[in-house]
Amino acid sequence: MKPFFIIHRNSLDSLFGALVGRNFTLVGPTLRDRAVAYSEIATVNDLPFGWTDEQDGGTYRLKKSDRQTLFDYAAGPHSWKKFLFPPALQLWEAERQIGPHEASPEYPPSHEGRGEQPRYAMIGVRSCDLHAIAVQDKVFAEGSHRDPTYEARRKNLFIVAVNCSHGGGTCFCRSMNTGPRATSGFDLALTEILEADRHVFLAESGSDRGAQVLREVTQEEAQESDIRAAERITADASVPMGRLMDTTDIRGLLYNNYDHPRWDHAAARCLACGNCTIVCPTCFCNTVEDFTDLAGTRAERRRRWDVCFAVDFSYIHGGSVRSTIRSRYRQWLTHKVATWIDQFGTSGCVGCGRCITWCPVGIDITEEVREIRANRPDDRKTLSEVGHAHT
Amino acid sequence: MKKQKPKLAVWKFASCDGCQLSLLDCEDHLLAVADRVDIAYFPEATRAVVKGPYDLSLVEGSVTTPHDEERIHQVRRASRLLVTIGACATAGGIQGLRNFKDVKEFTTIVYASPQYIETLKKSTPISDHVRVDFELWGCPINKSQLLEVISAFLYRRKPNIPAHSVCIECKLRETVCVMVAHGTPCLGPVTHAGCGAICPSYHRGCYGCFGPKETPNTASLSSWLVRLGMKNDAILRVFRTFNANAEAFRKESQAHED
Repeated sequence: MKPFFIIHRNSLDSLFGALVGRNFTLVGPTLRDRAVAYSEIATVNDLPFGWTDEQDGGTYRLKKSDRQTLFDYAAGPHSWKKFLFPPALQLWEAERQIGPHEASPEYPPSHEGRGEQPRYAMIGVRSCDLHAIAVQDKVFAEGSHRDPTYEARRKNLFIVAVNCSHGGGTCFCRSMNTGPRATSGFDLALTEILEADRHVFLAESGSDRGAQVLREVTQEEAQESDIRAAERITADASVPMGRLMDTTDIRGLLYNNYDHPRWDHAAARCLACGNCTIVCPTCFCNTVEDFTDLAGTRAERRRRWDVCFAVDFSYIHGGSVRSTIRSRYRQWLTHKVATWIDQFGTSGCVGCGRCITWCPVGIDITEEVREIRANRPDDRKTLSEVGHAHT
Repeated sequence: MKKQKPKLAVWKFASCDGCQLSLLDCEDHLLAVADRVDIAYFPEATRAVVKGPYDLSLVEGSVTTPHDEERIHQVRRASRLLVTIGACATAGGIQGLRNFKDVKEFTTIVYASPQYIETLKKSTPISDHVRVDFELWGCPINKSQLLEVISAFLYRRKPNIPAHSVCIECKLRETVCVMVAHGTPCLGPVTHAGCGAICPSYHRGCYGCFGPKETPNTASLSSWLVRLGMKNDAILRVFRTFNANAEAFRKESQAHED
C-alpha cells in the first residue's frame, strides 16, 4: 500500500520550490478576468485562495467561498491542453537565400517540434483533466502519427493532481467514470483537508519521481484519521454533480438516430462559434496555414487550433461537406461520445462540463443525449436492443 | 530583364477614408508594399497617377450616388482583381442606416438647399453592383489582414482570412468569455474574426465591426441577449451599426422592430 503523507498548507511552497529546483515551470490556477484561469505561478500566493465558482449552461460566476481553501472550484475556462498542444505554433520557416528562382530553403532550429520544449509542472489538475490528458496522449503520442511538440512536452510534464471536493454545476465526471478522485496519471495527488485548527494536504505519489519529490518535501506520514477524512471529502456523496449522462450503448444510440428531430432543435440554438471545441480538453483538431512575407523572401507554415464548427473545416474540392449547423453539431457530439470510441477505444468526453458552461447559449451535451434517448422513435433502438445490427 | 511590378489602385467611394489610412498606417510594411507593387492610383497618398488597367484594385466605400453607381463599373473594367476593403465597401457601412429610413427626409433636415443633393435611397456594397474577387471586412479593416491579402495576391496563394467567429480569436489569445463569465452582451459568436478580439480583452462585448461571420445564428444569440436583460430596441441597435446592411445583421435588427 502506498504511504500517504501530510503537507501543511504553509509548506506547500516547499513543494513548489522542489519542482522549480528540478527546472520545472509551474502552471496552475490563478485569478484572471473574474475566472480561475491556468497560468504560470510562482508561489502559493498566486493560487485563488478563498474563491469558488458557480457554473451552469452558458454561465460562470466567480464567488467568494465561505471556506478558506486553495482549491474550492471546478474546471476553469481554459483546459490544460494549451500547455501540451499550443493554440498556435510555427511549424517551420524558410528564407530565400539567393535569387528568386534559386531558392535555397533553410529550416532553422526554431522549428518548435525539434527545438527545446518547456518543462511544465501542472499544479491542481483534476481527475477529469487527467483523463483528458490520457485521451490526448492517444491522439498525439501513440500510434504511427505522433506530434513531436506534444511528445516532447508530455515527456517533460510533472503533474500534481488535486482531488475534487467541489462538484461543479456542469460537472458529470461520475457518469463518465473519470472522477472525482484521481486514481492514475499523476506524479503527486493532493487532497485538501481544512479543519478547525489545521489546513493540510494528504499527499500520495503516483510515480517514482513523484515519490522522490514527496520525500524531499515532507516526512510526516498521514494518520488513519487523515486518510479517512480525505476519503470522506472525495466520496461520491460529498461531491454532488450538476449534470449526469447515461452512456449505456451511446454509440448505438447516436448511430441509429442520425435523423432525430433533436438535431434540428440543437441547430436552432447552436451558434457554430466553436467555443465548445476550444474549451474541450480532448478536442485536438488543428489546421495549418502557409504565409509569405511581402518581399517574397520568407515563407512559413503555422499550425493553429481549428474547430469542426467552421465551414472551412470540412472544405474539400467543390465545397464544404457540412454546410449546415445541424450537420456540424451532430458531427461534434457524435464524434465526442461515439465515433471517438471506434477511433481511439475511449470516449472523447471526460465530463468536465466546460462545453456546457462556455457555450454562449448554454447548449448542454448531457441534455441533448438525454433528449435523443428519451424521445426516440420506436424503430430507432440502440445496437444492444436490436442485437448488433451493424456487422 | 526586370519584371514589371503589378499595378495597385486604391479607390474611394462613400466612406470615412479610415480603411485607406490603414494602408498608409502600415509604415515600414508600406515600403515593402511599394517595393513589390507599383502604386499606380492612390489619391489619398499621391497625386501621381499611372494609367490603368490595374492588377489589383482596393475599393473603399459604398455606393450612395448615381455618379458612383456608374463609376464602380469603370473601376471594375480597369481592374484585373477587385478587393473591397472595409464595412462600407463590403456591407454598405454606417451610412447604410439610411436604408431603414427615408433619405429625402434627412436631406431636407440637414441641408439648406437639398435640391443640390443627388443621392440614392440606399447605401449599397460594391458587390451589389459588380463582381468582387475578395471582401475584406472590418470597420476599419485590420492592417495585418490587408497586408496578408496583398501578400497572398503577390505570391498567388489563398489569403489566410478565416470567416469563423470572434470567439475563436478570444480563445486563441486566452481571453475569458465576457458573456459567460461576466454576463456582458457580446456579438462575438456571430461576428467575423479579423480584429484579434480587441474589445473582449478590455472586458467589453464585441460590437460586430467585422460584420457577420459565416453561417451566423443571430436569432439564437438574440434570445440569449434577452436573457441577459436586453430589450428589443437595444438588440435592434446592436445589430444596426457599421454593418447594419449586411444581410444577417439587417434581418436580425428588422426582427426587433416594433
